[in-house]
Amino acid sequence: MIRVVLPAHLRVLARVDGEVHVQVPGPVTQRAVLDALEASYPALRGTIRDQRSGKRRAFVRFFACQQDLSHEPPDDPLPEPVVAGTEPYLIVGAMAGG
Amino acid sequence: MSSVRVLVGTRKGAFVLTSDGKREQWDVSAPYFPGWEIYHLKGSPADPSRLYASQSSGWFGQLVQRSDDGGASWQPVGNEFCYDGEPGTHQWYDGTPHPWEFARVWHLEPSLDDPDTVYAGVEDAGLFKSTDGGQSWHELPGLRTHKSGPSWQPGAGGMCLHTIILDRSQPGRMFAAISAAGAFRSDDSGVTWQPVNQGLHSEGIPDPAAEVGHCVHRIAQHPARPDVLYMQKHWDVMRSDDAGGSWHEVSGNLPTDFGFPIDVHAHEPDTVYVVPITSDSHHFPPGGRLRVYRSKAGGDEWEPLTTGLPQRDCYVNVLRDAMAVDSLDSCGVYFGTTGGQVYVSADAGDSWAPIVRDLPAVLSVEVQTLS
Repeated sequence: MIRVVLPAHLRVLARVDGEVHVQVPGPVTQRAVLDALEASYPALRGTIRDQRSGKRRAFVRFFACQQDLSHEPPDDPLPEPVVAGTEPYLIVGAMAGG
Repeated sequence: MSSVRVLVGTRKGAFVLTSDGKREQWDVSAPYFPGWEIYHLKGSPADPSRLYASQSSGWFGQLVQRSDDGGASWQPVGNEFCYDGEPGTHQWYDGTPHPWEFARVWHLEPSLDDPDTVYAGVEDAGLFKSTDGGQSWHELPGLRTHKSGPSWQPGAGGMCLHTIILDRSQPGRMFAAISAAGAFRSDDSGVTWQPVNQGLHSEGIPDPAAEVGHCVHRIAQHPARPDVLYMQKHWDVMRSDDAGGSWHEVSGNLPTDFGFPIDVHAHEPDTVYVVPITSDSHHFPPGGRLRVYRSKAGGDEWEPLTTGLPQRDCYVNVLRDAMAVDSLDSCGVYFGTTGGQVYVSADAGDSWAPIVRDLPAVLSVEVQTLS
């Protein structure tokens, strides 16, 4: 079970409180986690990444284990603590605007 | 007993304002979608309980929300707006080719007779349609792919399709307006389009009388006189008597003919409302006095409406989609400001009162008259 932390606006949109948990079949990559997340919460489609290209939205970042994974290849494996469920995968709205 | 429901889109959420037919006492909802930009929300003429809202943010992109119970509850529906085929380019601000890129939905126009059919005007300018209650969207590409499309340029706010008029009298006739391409008409339900800008004159473009390139801010039509259109252009208030075939200026005695919204009285096709703004660089009312101007002659002769509106120290703007009229016997007129005020006049503009004073900047105002 992968733990995912959503930014506040997306928790409201997905109608969840706190972390969400998703099952990821096969290798645990950023793409696989986001695919599972969007399958469980269809309202999130298009809010984190482009629906066609899969490209991350410019003001969204991906963190885990004190690392910025935003620019990592989407099919690279996520860190073992994320796979093991001891650390969450963080989807973050970039600090911008006012 | 009739009642009204005013749908207000703001920079930080949507609000629903309700009153009985007297329009004196108002209930103001808590914000829906707080923190999100709500460019527009509008109810279906065929089913007033069906509402659509355009919700967007710079972080998380575009969403479309739908309510089936008059705004009490909402559900997100489809938000994929994909241009048909290879979208090509339009002109960027510096005149270079720029790929067509979807940014947001500016305006939602529900069908006149089918609650599940709704049109969306988007930035970069394109017209989309849903026939399943907003679950899926497809482009009507005939507008964007008009031969003039590669020459269109954005206005300061982006290249937005902001006005959609569905002509009740003539099935298949639609009007759309794009900043800064101009006005367009379709007579075949949006399949093909023609520019309808003859008579417009814009000093800020190389050929002031060009077929396209005009910064049209808003168009309004009265359903009882569908061939008459009123337009607030970047500068100039214009009128067409032949469904856009030609336009003539009706700015008349307005103190300035710059502005954004324009609307028509629900029962008097010759009564028109505008909100003059000082200039394109000074987006506030002349002299700090907020005045709606009304013409009862279809333009040219305008009277200032001031009762109940601030007549000093007022430096707000009224955006293009932020004026609406109800259809009660005594026509109500509504507008919202960038300062967060929403004003109502229950007597066709003779006097005004604020419904609410401290909302976020108002982007759009629509009103539903409920029986």
